Amino acid sequence: MYSRTYKSLVSLPPILWVGLFLLLPYALMFAHSFWMVRDGILVHQWNLQNYAKLFQNPVYVQVLLRTMRIAAGVTLLSLLLGYPLAYFMSFHAGVRKELLYQLVIVPLWISYLVRGYAWKTILGSEGVLNGFLQYLHVTREPVSFFLYSPFAVVLMLTHIYTPFVFLPLYASLEHIPRNLVEASHDLGAGSRATFLRVILPLSLPGLLAGATFAFVLTLGDFLAPLLVGGPSSIMIANIVQSLFGTAYDWPLGAAISVCILLVTISLLFLTERLEKRWAFR
Amino acid sequence: MTPPRSSSSDIAAVPGTADVLLEIRGVAKRFGPRDVLKSISLDIAAGEFLTLLGESGSGKTTLLRLIAGFEQPSSGEIWMSGERLDILPPYKRRVNTVFQNYALFPHLSVQENVSYGLQVSGAPKAEIPSRVAEALRMVKMREYAAARPAKLSGGQQQRVALARALVNRPKLLLLDEPLSALDANLRKQMQSELKSLQRELGITFLFVTHDQDEAMALSDRIALLKDGALEQVASPREIYDHPATSYTAQFIGQTNLLHAEVKNGLTRWGSLQWTAGHADGPALFSLRPEAIHLIPDGAVSPDAVRFRATIRQQIFSGASEQLELEFAGQLLRARVRTQALLNGEQDFWFSPSDAIPVRE
Repeated sequence: MYSRTYKSLVSLPPILWVGLFLLLPYALMFAHSFWMVRDGILVHQWNLQNYAKLFQNPVYVQVLLRTMRIAAGVTLLSLLLGYPLAYFMSFHAGVRKELLYQLVIVPLWISYLVRGYAWKTILGSEGVLNGFLQYLHVTREPVSFFLYSPFAVVLMLTHIYTPFVFLPLYASLEHIPRNLVEASHDLGAGSRATFLRVILPLSLPGLLAGATFAFVLTLGDFLAPLLVGGPSSIMIANIVQSLFGTAYDWPLGAAISVCILLVTISLLFLTERLEKRWAFR
Repeated sequence: MTPPRSSSSDIAAVPGTADVLLEIRGVAKRFGPRDVLKSISLDIAAGEFLTLLGESGSGKTTLLRLIAGFEQPSSGEIWMSGERLDILPPYKRRVNTVFQNYALFPHLSVQENVSYGLQVSGAPKAEIPSRVAEALRMVKMREYAAARPAKLSGGQQQRVALARALVNRPKLLLLDEPLSALDANLRKQMQSELKSLQRELGITFLFVTHDQDEAMALSDRIALLKDGALEQVASPREIYDHPATSYTAQFIGQTNLLHAEVKNGLTRWGSLQWTAGHADGPALFSLRPEAIHLIPDGAVSPDAVRFRATIRQQIFSGASEQLELEFAGQLLRARVRTQALLNGEQDFWFSPSDAIPVRE
């Protein structure tokens, strides 16, 4: 059909793109994780001491675990918010569906930083929330633990990632043929049984995709801890950032990155397996 | 319960002569400004196979959905065995549906699909496996019990959908164009299986189709719908032999519509005339193609109306020949048995009793 030259011309840009911007950086990162820094100079000498450091120093493991806890929290909360919303919109919103959909999408057009700062002004000691609580005489003095806590990080990231959880969920709910719901009612199942036996199982692929989004995106986030988290909620990406920046220990940073990458890849692998099993058509 | 279709006076299951299972009383349905159903009243006898026949948009599926409970009537009531049905949610009605595209649960196996209704309605646990097996046996799908619906052919999915509905022992089974997605051969086979299943189980079937042949083959009675109103409700033979309206005559089988004039008991159609018990004035008659005969063939009845027509076309169709005739500027269809290749002008006749007066 197409000539050989045409085929190679067409496939060249994507190959270059993937090679230059994906494979090469990953290869460099991987290589760096086995090199070392001596007297502030990067030495290309193969060794495993970065990985040894990583597992010997409890801080790294602790931060990684905390990061995963925060990611799990964000995932859970955004599912709790996103699922009812997606369910309501898909099954009960009627003609308002389009409008509501746009309203969910709009926040995605606003810069991440702006939304982060917005939370800062809401949660801060001079912020809206404290002002409101004092106005209601619920508290007398500004409550300081709203801001600069893991709670604030979870709150902010939940707000940011809920639309990401919502979108695949909504898509999978929209794909459920409505006559399956009718068939379920027809066979004697009320609303709750229909939800648990038909709608929920058929929306699992969307639920899984949404959960993966929230979890993986949170795992790599470093801005939320900087903006609203404070020292008590440092996440693993902050450590990587400081190792590549001020600490100038690229090899250790690369080793941590490789670990995060492995966690992410195994997670994606797992969810893909599950998704395949739950894809019924 | 229903007389055999071959008898000549079989106005099957007329309300009052048999137990009425379902009563539809003046049911109307509006979707916004559209009158989808205009005050339908219809009784369905227990054990009857009744077909709702109509073109797309005639309201037949809407009527079915009202009975199933997926839609609410705008006015009117539906009663089943002395209980008001239209105020109950679908899951409380002893009615089950076979959906047009089967609507099998894709995440459940055949067995799980069939046991669904029993499980959600709290049937005794010990009873479920044997009832499911029995339902699958009925539709010859036992060996597929563990399969997922996606692995089955259309005909097999159809059988599972049937088993899933029948396992609940509904009083009334609704079938929404269940065979429309199957190819012609499978369709014929499923038709006869459906019919024998219905006879065997004695469950009342309410069958929706747009296919008049299917309706004729399966039904005890046909309810013909047109633009949301009942055009005629009668047995297949009655509806074919005595169509009430020109629409019925044209929709069920082929026909010739003769616009005639009746004066003093004498019907005039073009240059032809015959006696007919019809009120004076303009009249419309339906004359089936097979009621037109070639003159040389067979015995001509004494009161035969004879005419000479030009053959426009002859189409061989197996048992008979379809002819297109031109007579007095009008096109007539005839179905005759002949070995000869006809052309030019030929003599034909029909019996006045075969010209059935119909409403416009």
